[in-house]
Amino acid sequence: MAYAAGVDVGSTQTKAVIISEQRVIIGRALTDTGANVIRAAESSFQEALRNGDVREEEVEYVVGTGYGRYKVTFGNTQVTEISCHGRGAVHMFPKTRTVLDMGGQDTKAIRVSTGGEILDFCMNDKCAAGTGRFLGAASSALDIPLNDLGPTALQGERPVKISTTCTVFAESEVLSWLGKGKKIEDILLGVHQSIASRSVGLLRRVGIEEDVTFTGGVARNVAMIGALSQRLGLSVNVSVESHFMGALGAALFALDHILSSRAPAHAARG
Amino acid sequence: MSKAAHTDTIVGRGNRDGARLFREWFTGLGQAAAEERPAAYVFVMGSMVELLRVFDLPIVFPEINSLQTAVRRVAHEYLDEAEDYGYSPDICGYVKADVATQLRGGEHPMGRIPKPSIAVYTNACNTYIKWAEIWERMYQIPLFTLDIPGTREAGAQTWPGEEDFERDRRYVEGQIRELIPMCETVSGVPFDIDRLRETMEHANTMSRAWKRLLELNRSRPSVFSALSEGTIYLGVSNGFRGSSAGASYFEDLVEEMEYKVDHGIGTLTDERFRLVFVGVPCYPIFRRFNELFTEWGGTFVNSTYLWFASGGSNVGFEYDLARPLQSLAEGVLISVRDAMDSMFFQTQLLADMIDTHQIDGVVFHPIKSCRTVSTGLADNRRALMELRDVPSLFIESDMMDRRVVSEAQLKNRIDAFFEGLHSRGQRAAHAEQAAARAEGRPDGTD
Repeated sequence: MAYAAGVDVGSTQTKAVIISEQRVIIGRALTDTGANVIRAAESSFQEALRNGDVREEEVEYVVGTGYGRYKVTFGNTQVTEISCHGRGAVHMFPKTRTVLDMGGQDTKAIRVSTGGEILDFCMNDKCAAGTGRFLGAASSALDIPLNDLGPTALQGERPVKISTTCTVFAESEVLSWLGKGKKIEDILLGVHQSIASRSVGLLRRVGIEEDVTFTGGVARNVAMIGALSQRLGLSVNVSVESHFMGALGAALFALDHILSSRAPAHAARG
Repeated sequence: MSKAAHTDTIVGRGNRDGARLFREWFTGLGQAAAEERPAAYVFVMGSMVELLRVFDLPIVFPEINSLQTAVRRVAHEYLDEAEDYGYSPDICGYVKADVATQLRGGEHPMGRIPKPSIAVYTNACNTYIKWAEIWERMYQIPLFTLDIPGTREAGAQTWPGEEDFERDRRYVEGQIRELIPMCETVSGVPFDIDRLRETMEHANTMSRAWKRLLELNRSRPSVFSALSEGTIYLGVSNGFRGSSAGASYFEDLVEEMEYKVDHGIGTLTDERFRLVFVGVPCYPIFRRFNELFTEWGGTFVNSTYLWFASGGSNVGFEYDLARPLQSLAEGVLISVRDAMDSMFFQTQLLADMIDTHQIDGVVFHPIKSCRTVSTGLADNRRALMELRDVPSLFIESDMMDRRVVSEAQLKNRIDAFFEGLHSRGQRAAHAEQAAARAEGRPDGTD
């Protein structure tokens, strides 16, 4: 049995996935990226091996992805996370035609073909507005753990209007709403709606075609799923593996390489 | 001479000679500055250099000076200085770098730039007009705005012989006739129509060559990069327009490119993707920006920049020397109008080029500091995608300001674009093999 691996070195967290030849996730790991990107990639990969009870020599091919993909020094090649999220999303939800990946520092809207190939994409530019960092700023301003933001926001009834598009200023805007006596739940709901609004703007630039699949770390946030669905007017696919979707896509590309290198010449040509 | 020796001599000659001419041009400007000789400040879209040369005026292109500060990686010093002086970070980077150059008494990384004695410009870019007003305030110099009627709607250009065109031409000719005495006053040199014929003849040679160059890059492999080498040729095209040195350079350049076409010598050793570039280059990381594409085997076979920043020379307009002033007006009208169309009505031009140049992908590059060229690119992209099934990439940076250039972000998007092009190519190859199998052609299964 051969295995393929994908390591997604993101700005905030590093994810690793090991898959079998049957395209089943065998092992996974999630670590904070921190300052030492090479070490983060290595430790994440090693943890995924342990998690899947797989020996390193059994992994035939490794694809690195994410901003730190060139720091996956043990990897065989690199593929952008744009391609990887598209591939992973179509693998999990084959009817996917549009992907929204919301990570720590960027948000991507991706339009994919039936085969998971990238037809078009669009990202936020040189600004973390509408990304996970925006939620991080709110978490810090309100002193609420990141994981509690979604459930708290769901209790909101009268969302405030967050007008700033700048993550840095978002914190002061949140504080100003607090100063005006607004409830934390309503402020947080407003923050989620603001991010959803910017994300839908990105999706519109590439064209929204169903199914829409939501990936990335922020896809674990229930309030964000709700805000997006409401803004889009349709339900979005969210996998329990959403956080690992980039790493999964990378592992699938790695498996492609393993299988094509084994294929007889005529089959490869055909 | 052997073929190999001839190849060594001719291939790359345009780049070498272009760099030499550029140095000579700036050396000449330095001498003019030292001698305090008056210079004419002009812009790339409608420079009127054919006419200004008649008055022996040194020619200064502030746009080129400014972009040179970025290529030489000192633009931030100039931008900071202009911003400290009070200019907003949001306005044109070319303007700010020029303001700083003026504040420094003409000090520039390529030498000293003479002060303006007159500024001649068209309405092709709205910033030209406000920019020239800065010099007017600084130096109390005369300005001349040449108002060029643009295309009223996409695809509705008028042409010689049509009533509307003749009206426009007479309007432009009238303005040129007003400009001539102003140049005589500033330079102290009387107008000589035979000298104008001379400069127009050189301009004809260059214009003919520019059009031919762009046509030659239809070849596969393409013989020059429209982004990197094309920018060198563009500099000579503007700075030496209407001169014998410019004409001779372009005759040599066409000879070089024809040689490369005949011998299959491409600008890349392995050309995998043929691209077209829409917008202005990213000068702060000029070389690296190009490498982000060439590393994937991608090369730019054409660009809208080579159209509008050549002042519309891509049209290949040739003056009728028997009626110089009328023909000058006709040429300026047609060429500058085309330069504007290259920015505002580019969709059909791009669609046509995708066919003629066998384009695999289109790269749109809007820039922060130029609204004129960037506004509307998203709409143009959408319109082009409706006309042609061709992948496109939309990336944003700047022509001058490294503060808004993120190489990591650019690379991520460019890599994803090429991954898409690669998988599209594989899919097309598989479809072709399947079709061949179905038809029993030899390139099918075995």
